[in-house]
Amino acid sequence: MPTPIPPLAVTAHTATSAAGRGVEAFARALRERRGGLRSNDFGSEPLACWIGRVDGIEDTPVPAEFAAIDCRNNRLAWIGLNEDGFLASARAAVQRYGAERVAVVLGTSTASIGATEEAYCGLADDGGFAPPYRNFLLHAPHSLVAFVQGVVGATGPACTVATACSSSAKVFAQAERLIRLGWADAAVVGGVDTLCGSVLFGFNALQLVSDAPCRPFDVARRGISIGEAAGFALLERTDAAGRAAPQLRGWGESSDAHHMSSPHPQGLGARLAIADALQRAALDASAIDYVNMHGTATPANDAVEAAVVAEVFPATTRASSTKGWTGHTLGAAGIVEAVACLIALEQAFIPGTLNCSEPDPLCGPQLALDNVATAPQFALSSSFGFGGNNAVLVFGRGGRA
Amino acid sequence: MSELAVRVTGIGVYGPGLTGWEQAGALLRDGRAPAATEAPKPAPPLLPAAERRRAPDTVLYAAQAAAEACAMAAADPALLPCVFSSTQGDIAITDYMCATLASTPRELSPTKFHNSVHNAAVGYWSIATGCRAPSTALSAWIDSVGGGLFEAAVQTVDGDAPVLFVAYDAAAAGPLRSVVPFDCGFALALVLAPAEYGSGTQLRLRRAGSADTSTPAADWMQALAARNAAAAGLPLLQALAGAGPRHLRLNAGAGFALQLQVTP
Repeated sequence: MPTPIPPLAVTAHTATSAAGRGVEAFARALRERRGGLRSNDFGSEPLACWIGRVDGIEDTPVPAEFAAIDCRNNRLAWIGLNEDGFLASARAAVQRYGAERVAVVLGTSTASIGATEEAYCGLADDGGFAPPYRNFLLHAPHSLVAFVQGVVGATGPACTVATACSSSAKVFAQAERLIRLGWADAAVVGGVDTLCGSVLFGFNALQLVSDAPCRPFDVARRGISIGEAAGFALLERTDAAGRAAPQLRGWGESSDAHHMSSPHPQGLGARLAIADALQRAALDASAIDYVNMHGTATPANDAVEAAVVAEVFPATTRASSTKGWTGHTLGAAGIVEAVACLIALEQAFIPGTLNCSEPDPLCGPQLALDNVATAPQFALSSSFGFGGNNAVLVFGRGGRA
Repeated sequence: MSELAVRVTGIGVYGPGLTGWEQAGALLRDGRAPAATEAPKPAPPLLPAAERRRAPDTVLYAAQAAAEACAMAAADPALLPCVFSSTQGDIAITDYMCATLASTPRELSPTKFHNSVHNAAVGYWSIATGCRAPSTALSAWIDSVGGGLFEAAVQTVDGDAPVLFVAYDAAAAGPLRSVVPFDCGFALALVLAPAEYGSGTQLRLRRAGSADTSTPAADWMQALAARNAAAAGLPLLQALAGAGPRHLRLNAGAGFALQLQVTP
């Protein structure tokens, strides 16, 4: 079993999704129970489904020096970095610690694949990509980290984590190890994923896309609504950050060893990751006030996860899925839902579950449908990805040792 | 200055003219270039026969090198956390996905879609070996060997237990050939163990500084690394074979390079 870790301070954080740009817009949407999903209007042949789309990406190119890797994903990264003063906070960390001491670890599932899809729609006469698309890095999964690292000006360890829908949760674990082992003094973590044909038609081919807004944990749920999002957090040691900032308290990672696109039927991997995260946080499950579930609204995921949460946590823990607000933002889900946890800790309310009116009987008393006015001390977020890849994070309110 | 000290207890390699550690190690020790420029499709022993038939090339290459490294280390793959690293994932699947999306998007194959995730290789590996330990799939573009080795060493030290590291890439396919220069498959795998226990070659990693000098890799190694970025690990394999420079520089990302010290 893992040993407890010292907490890290989350000294800046931000999220931009269909539920709004920046923390305040996201918090307001959660508080007012205003979801951001819309009928699919993405692409030339939109499938009949609902999506979580961020407006204005098309009109927001990246700064000129990064034009070679301008794409929808890096545009959303740029929009996200400029919310909540995050870019200024990250650059200040580079100033404070030195560029070599700031790591950049970001998650994505499809990165800039949208640009590759575009390139295939207008090939050059030689059968290759047309000139604007003839750039290796533009089509690489690492394009996101290359962009963010460049914009922030960091030259510490920099890495793309691409484990599908657990990607931007696992980045917290990787960055925590880097800081604890002395390879960085601060880390920019987070993730960005954007709407593209690959995920819309791909999940549709797997029959996992709902024709209506997603309904996490509802008996009548019919699948996911795909969304796009960018989110970032800045991690530093608590002694450098003062006591007010919320804290990363623990993380757990595991593999299901079961199936590429279906969860382990008893949620074995999910249970292992939750247990490891609690162990690192030195907390019992009963200390967790809020669980932000993966809650994608596919029949299989929610059935397995409902049973795990019902068995692992006491009846007093509140649990919900916030995907009714944002859609499933895939590789960005981990950071978006980490920010939902931080909002719960800092703004003293627990978001309920949007679009769930009749919960699956597998759900325990933990499932919160309505928002709950309470001040949680500890929140846990679960992210599960294809390949049976699981990551769980524990966050705590600031103001404690 | 931070340093990571680990042992290398298992090695696997599969690529053109380098079809296993015994053969490749002997060749690297002798300082010879491989004769072959292509490799037959690997048939990794730990994947079920059905998976061997239908799995993408990246899965086969990664599993081939991984199985060899685990066997040499006498390590149970079910217990090893996995760090898999690749520049580009499976380019043939990306080509299929993008070509289908450009013509008949509603006919996209569900299996190809779930095989298109960057963590497909480590996903198949963990399923085949029954591994429930943490697993990750990384990229640091063409520096993915160094980036992945670094993370694997961090996890070995953090967990005080062995970790499986695999770096792999596949040949480009279709119109992607106009941007991705890879034209062959290549995979290498290492089982890393904590430096304190057991035997095996010691490997120390620290951040390379401007004062660190490095010997350029042999021409044929540089040429192979241009055909597949995972082959950037060849100078390290040569040092592990007991030949070549024992101090090496390995890029691990933009502006971040590792200085490696190999001690037999």
